[in-house]
Amino acid sequence: MLGINFDQVFVLLKHWLLGYSPAAIQPAVSILLTIVPILLVFPVLFALTTVLERKGLGRIQNRYGPNRVGFYGILQPMADALKSLTKEDIVPASADHTVHFLAPLVLLAVAFLPYAVLPIGRNMIAANLDAGVLFFFAIGAISELSVFMAGWSSRNKYSLLGAMRAVAQMISYEVPLLLSSVAVIMAAGSLSTVEIVEKQAGFSGIFPHWYVLTPWGFAGFILFMIAATAETNRSPFDLPEGESEIIAGYYIEYSGFKFALFFLGEYLGMFAISGLGITLFLGGWSAPLPFLTWIPSWIWFFAKLLGLIIGFIWVRGTLPRLRMDQLMNFAWKFMLPMALVVVVSAGAWRFLPQGLTRWLVSTAFIAVAYLLLARGVETRNKIAKRTYRFAE
Amino acid sequence: MMSATFFILAAVTLIGACAAMMLRGLVHCALALAVAFAGLGTLYLNLGAQFLGLAQLLVYVGAIAVLIVFVILLTRGGDSDSPALSPTALPIAGVLVATAIFAILAWAVFHSVAIHSPGLPAPQATIRQLGTTLMADYVLPLEVIGLMLTAALIGAAIVAMKEKQDPQ
Amino acid sequence: MLGVGIVKGLAETARNFLGSFVDKDRLVTVQFPEERLPVAEAARNFPFLIYDGVDPEQGLRCVACQICEKECPPRCITIEKSKDKKPDFVGKQQFYPAVFDIDVSVCMSCQICVEVCPFDAIRMDNEFELSTDDRFGGLLWTKEKLARPNEHYMAIHPTEATEVEARRAEEKAQAEAKKQQPAVTK
Repeated sequence: MLGINFDQVFVLLKHWLLGYSPAAIQPAVSILLTIVPILLVFPVLFALTTVLERKGLGRIQNRYGPNRVGFYGILQPMADALKSLTKEDIVPASADHTVHFLAPLVLLAVAFLPYAVLPIGRNMIAANLDAGVLFFFAIGAISELSVFMAGWSSRNKYSLLGAMRAVAQMISYEVPLLLSSVAVIMAAGSLSTVEIVEKQAGFSGIFPHWYVLTPWGFAGFILFMIAATAETNRSPFDLPEGESEIIAGYYIEYSGFKFALFFLGEYLGMFAISGLGITLFLGGWSAPLPFLTWIPSWIWFFAKLLGLIIGFIWVRGTLPRLRMDQLMNFAWKFMLPMALVVVVSAGAWRFLPQGLTRWLVSTAFIAVAYLLLARGVETRNKIAKRTYRFAE
Repeated sequence: MMSATFFILAAVTLIGACAAMMLRGLVHCALALAVAFAGLGTLYLNLGAQFLGLAQLLVYVGAIAVLIVFVILLTRGGDSDSPALSPTALPIAGVLVATAIFAILAWAVFHSVAIHSPGLPAPQATIRQLGTTLMADYVLPLEVIGLMLTAALIGAAIVAMKEKQDPQ
Repeated sequence: MLGVGIVKGLAETARNFLGSFVDKDRLVTVQFPEERLPVAEAARNFPFLIYDGVDPEQGLRCVACQICEKECPPRCITIEKSKDKKPDFVGKQQFYPAVFDIDVSVCMSCQICVEVCPFDAIRMDNEFELSTDDRFGGLLWTKEKLARPNEHYMAIHPTEATEVEARRAEEKAQAEAKKQQPAVTK
């Protein structure tokens, strides 16, 4: 439009800056120029999300959110950061100091790693691995260990209980998460995130080739997002960290900045897994309609990310917390079979010829499985209408 | 292969493994073992085996290390910290045995075919190749492993259920 | 069917969220220092002394009878009678309090002092934004701080105030009539 290719503006900026650095340190400068934006952008997004969440939840609950600190409360994260930095760092005397100190660090390191394989725009990916999706899940699995470290090192029964529950929850929900992404990998034929996005970047008429617009993709996306909510310990799956349940679960004994680091790690995990959901199902950086492709690709990625964050906040404001046994039942008895059916449905979609047949067959698999499984999840004993007996 | 990254990753793995032997708290040992597993995974990645390295991280660190710590906590091993290495003859015997095994393995590796063959290009085992090989050439072992895992799962569920019905 | 409840719930919260921008009913917060909720008429916090007219010294209704000092359960009122007298609203000479202190950190707002006062001199105020950083002196209120005009009483408790006004006007009229009478009978 203006002669500047806005889509590739960051790539061009990086190459321009690289041109100014001496050849000896160019690899190091290139790595720095790739990593530093990630380290800057996502924590800023975290700060914005905290304000958005508090104001959004406030409006859902018929109240204003924070609105004193900046213009409509936008500087609230500054106040929160100052508060958490100036709070006294209390470590219990009987806690295991090394592990207690290391747990938030491990969580944070493991929370930043998955961003390396998310394609944020066209040609904008930190590490174009051949097995990008597998890398993402491997790193996500390591974060469970840090949760356990946090809970165990505090030498507090409730903290340990919260940590065990959190780890059990994360392990259980990894299975539907991986299975629903297996369906996408089958359809795309590759584990590389860049290739998955490029497979979804085409248009047929007015509809994009996003996987979410197929029956198995839609069901897979919903399963993926539910599993993502559970993986990041987000409401309604936040039993391990609910304030009214187990006080704060595995981060009871953390105060001040370490607590803020846990918070940061949790939200970063949420963004990363939303980013993966966008890459796998919502077409990554591709535009939804063919006449909107002039909007830069990274703007589409962040717009979709914002949409998913709003979805997370919306669900948090709506649904009550799940109990531990309800949570586990849901994972193993509903989501796992459903994810397997999604894989079968994706296979049917792949091998049937294009046309109405494959739509009907895919949808039939999913609808039948859903109806049968839903009956298993609903409570069996009908709750009778409550009667009262008053004194005469 | 003998680059700076290899030395750093090997050092991390070795430190993790030694710490897993020598630390006092049992959970500390388990966490150090997880570090050793992670180091091993990164060594695989350094060699270019993407799938193997990532699978090592996913399975060993993500699942098996967690399993080990759960086992330590659910049995009573977590309470009793093992005493530091006592000055008996046991450590010396252990060092002798370890040196002997290392010598035998080193001799075997240095006399193996792989070191002496002229630099053959390493086969590009992409994941696609792995997948097709698994499904085409090795489909019977795959199915057998699947059956075995299912049997293990069912067995574990039955063992856990039976324990609940015992108090009757 | 599974999921219908969740969708209905999401629709309800969405309606709440969007409605909170347009509908006053869906945003019930009162932004405190800038807006305030109206206070009920019978709300009470700490006592105050009423004076008629414009001079707080001359118009003070309190005659230092010390009944409220004796009846106050935590004994937060301190009164010292004056040596001389001044006329009250019917013209009779009455003592007045030289010192009238209420320790507000002790006062429990029980309103007993109001109930026992025969002269309608002490009533309950309804101010609650009273924080001060002086823990001892700032919470010991003297006669100067406690004295408020009758218009203030009329503004905060209108029904009570009108009733008290009516009663006092009647008493004043009776006193005037009595003053006139001896001139007639003699």
